[in-house]
Amino acid sequence: MQTDFRLPSLGADMESATLVEWLKKPGDAVHRGETIAVVETEKGLLDIECFDDATVTALVIGPGTKVAVGTVLATLSTVGEVAAPAAAPQPVPAPLAAPKAPLPAAAPAPPLAGTPRETAAEPGRRARLSPAARRRAQELGVPLEALEQQAAGGIIHIEDVERLAAEKKAPPADARSAMRAVIGSAMARAKREIPHYYLGHTLDFGAARAFLTRRNAALPIQERLVEGVLLTKAVALACARLEGFNGYFRDGRYERVAQVHVGTAIALRGGGLVAPALLDADRKDLGTLMREFSDLVKRVRAGHMRSSEFTAATITVTSLGEEGVETLYPIIHAPQVAIVGAGRVTERPAVQAGALAVRPLLELTLAADHRVTDGRIGSRFLQAIAALLQDPEKL
Amino acid sequence: MATTTQDPNIRSRLLALLTDIAPDIDPATIDPTRELRDQVDFDSMDRLHFAVAISEAFHLDIPEADYPKLGALQAACEYLQGRLGGGA
Repeated sequence: MQTDFRLPSLGADMESATLVEWLKKPGDAVHRGETIAVVETEKGLLDIECFDDATVTALVIGPGTKVAVGTVLATLSTVGEVAAPAAAPQPVPAPLAAPKAPLPAAAPAPPLAGTPRETAAEPGRRARLSPAARRRAQELGVPLEALEQQAAGGIIHIEDVERLAAEKKAPPADARSAMRAVIGSAMARAKREIPHYYLGHTLDFGAARAFLTRRNAALPIQERLVEGVLLTKAVALACARLEGFNGYFRDGRYERVAQVHVGTAIALRGGGLVAPALLDADRKDLGTLMREFSDLVKRVRAGHMRSSEFTAATITVTSLGEEGVETLYPIIHAPQVAIVGAGRVTERPAVQAGALAVRPLLELTLAADHRVTDGRIGSRFLQAIAALLQDPEKL
Repeated sequence: MATTTQDPNIRSRLLALLTDIAPDIDPATIDPTRELRDQVDFDSMDRLHFAVAISEAFHLDIPEADYPKLGALQAACEYLQGRLGGGA
């Protein structure tokens, strides 16, 4: 069977990407999870993976072309059939540079490995403009076709029109400002649309620290754990225990996700950040999570994120690391519904068994979506994370 | 501390490891006495990766407590000379 290989969803506020290179050519076999192409986005290079075992029939888009999410990049034939020669004319791609070209049908995002279909797929549909957005677009001279392509099936609001108009007027000077624009736009939307509530909890990190010191002393340097890995695992386990923090809020309702893919905020040198996911974090042991985290940081900074981990996160953890301040107040990464923040572990006075002691304390914060949960359950969620960190041997 | 007799070979190998971890760093601009954190935005994961790379390149076990000694290029050179020189 012939299938279209489309540019998958790239997450909040990233509606297009430029194809950098093909790693496969017609006739090549590709396997589920294998990288087939590299694209460039405002947040850096992304490896685009294939979601089926198949054979490449034809490459539709050439390197250097900027395309919208959902655009057919290549055609594949499913394994088990003889690949037909690519003689048939291929559908005309719709590069963003040519807004008059026919609008590509908005594609359902390919289901992510291990993500339930009902939460991963978007029904194909045309973009919709609110009347105010349509008026504003006409005032600003923004072509409606360009808007529809950028939205790739979503609803276009007046802010999107203004953003696009601003982008057209003043194209970002370089990659750095492009990234700032993407972050700014995503965060502004999150602040505008998500009714955040915030909770904070101070926990004693002594048990976790002692566990790390003990365990790391016996391990070769490559296998030693960092604090963030314990936190990631604790958050993932808490997600499996309490409902309402792991999933997406889309189309007016909360969609629970069974798998726990923990987005991990990683700063880029010189500014900007990305939050790719550690997949199935609740089911992996600490050693595996550490290897994957370390690999993720290296690949993010070398520009080799994979498309699946780029958009798969169901909740995010953000930590300022060893040099940061004590408390941070994070912003939810839509369409997720919660983000857990960790400050730096600091030695501070604390009461322990009725006496004053100097203890390593960690400030955990939770920003969660009031459309899904409220403070009472959020409080239990943070307490569950804290309790898990008191017993690190079981993580 | 033999700060004046640094082995140029160790230093160039360290610089090569550094640019492997952070390809966007220009080795010519590194001030060896300044903390990498302050001049090239090295964070705790970069420092861990640097320690792992040094450990592998020089076949040394580096205990966790020694990571802070690798924070600047010159300090890292001195640490390595001490470790490699049989404690001399």
